[in-house]
Amino acid sequence: MPETEKTRSSHEESGAQIRRTSNSLAFADHLDHFLARWGYKRMKHLVEPGLYSIGSPTEDSSIFVTANYTLSFDALRSSLTGVNGYILVLDTAGVNVWCAAGKGTFGTDELVNRIEVTDLQNVVSHRKLILPQLGAPGVSAHEVKERTGFKALYGPVRTNDLPEYLQTGKATPEMRKVRFTLWDRLVVSPLELVHVLIPMLVVSIALYFIFGLMSSLGAISTFLAGVILFSVLLPWLPTEDFSTKGLILGGIAALPFALITFSNHPDSELWPRAGWALTYMLAMPPVTAFLALNFTGSTTFTSKTGVRHEIFRYIPVMAVMFGLSIILAASLIIDAYRGGV
Amino acid sequence: MLNSYKTNTLKYNSKTCTHCGMCATVCPHAVFARNDNKKIYPAQAEACMECGACQLNCPSGAIFVDSGTGCATAMILAALTGKKESRIGTESDPAVLSSGN
Repeated sequence: MPETEKTRSSHEESGAQIRRTSNSLAFADHLDHFLARWGYKRMKHLVEPGLYSIGSPTEDSSIFVTANYTLSFDALRSSLTGVNGYILVLDTAGVNVWCAAGKGTFGTDELVNRIEVTDLQNVVSHRKLILPQLGAPGVSAHEVKERTGFKALYGPVRTNDLPEYLQTGKATPEMRKVRFTLWDRLVVSPLELVHVLIPMLVVSIALYFIFGLMSSLGAISTFLAGVILFSVLLPWLPTEDFSTKGLILGGIAALPFALITFSNHPDSELWPRAGWALTYMLAMPPVTAFLALNFTGSTTFTSKTGVRHEIFRYIPVMAVMFGLSIILAASLIIDAYRGGV
Repeated sequence: MLNSYKTNTLKYNSKTCTHCGMCATVCPHAVFARNDNKKIYPAQAEACMECGACQLNCPSGAIFVDSGTGCATAMILAALTGKKESRIGTESDPAVLSSGN
């Protein structure tokens, strides 16, 4: 059978048809994943919701549940090498399992609905479903059992632990812990970068024409530090809060600009030089910190309560620092016009 | 240094708990564990990220947590516009925080 074909219906009825899929990923799939990671047509990486067969399943074969986001679907099916089973794809509007569970779309109601629409009770003789653990924030297992008779079992967090889970029937404590490794952080960074790309370019171009190359580079450094460097260095930056980690990183990024600005024209008056250097130290760290604070949404360990504490603690600090840098820059410009250089 | 993540809204009621272990199964941060008597208790409550999976999958309503998306932008906007933050999971009365020992 063709290995690249994802869907081919084998039943006439629309809701209850079982499409075929396979465990192999083609170049087109990898390209799709790459484009999704970079935010290209972000909500359009869709799989048709419904029931799929993989291998040659029978009425005793396992049912794996996932979201209708290509990365989720492909991660699952590519881990099922040599497995005969069914994949039940829920309609999460193309959103991944964890985020959809948080929103409720990878949820009890959608699971119950999809079981009914696919006539699942007549496809298999058992009453078990294997759900990804990170779907749990949206699914009430005991309610699914009550409403459908199907028992929702939670498999491991990562699909590459599925083969062992299927062999032993159990997930180890390590399989149940979510991680945020360097690679995990790196794969979510491109999208963050794409989001700030336009503001970054607009600001740096504007600063180039107003203040020159140094300020333009400073802006670019601020954004790149807040998005890329921050995600790479996250566990090693001091303090627990993302805002303070961001302020520290922003301060380090600002230092070379402050020092170069201060040591430019060493024969000129001390104050304007020190003033412009200080402007970098006041303007860059709060922007990096703000971007760092927003990175909390991409992690899997910051609590809502904690993020709220950070917002109320540090947003005022960031606003004051940035505001002061603007006032300082303005007063330095006014000074310069009055011949204060 | 200041740590904004020291406290969270997780509350566990050992009296209502049937020790089925669903909370330990679904938790992505190993907050719940079994003690020497095989009873469930919140071993690492400070690791809780308030996703709400435990609350939603607890068949006896022994867990309460104020779950919701921790997206900073969404929360900043909610704070500025006065709109409610998005919530997931069920809400139940806060129960007494206690260990399972």
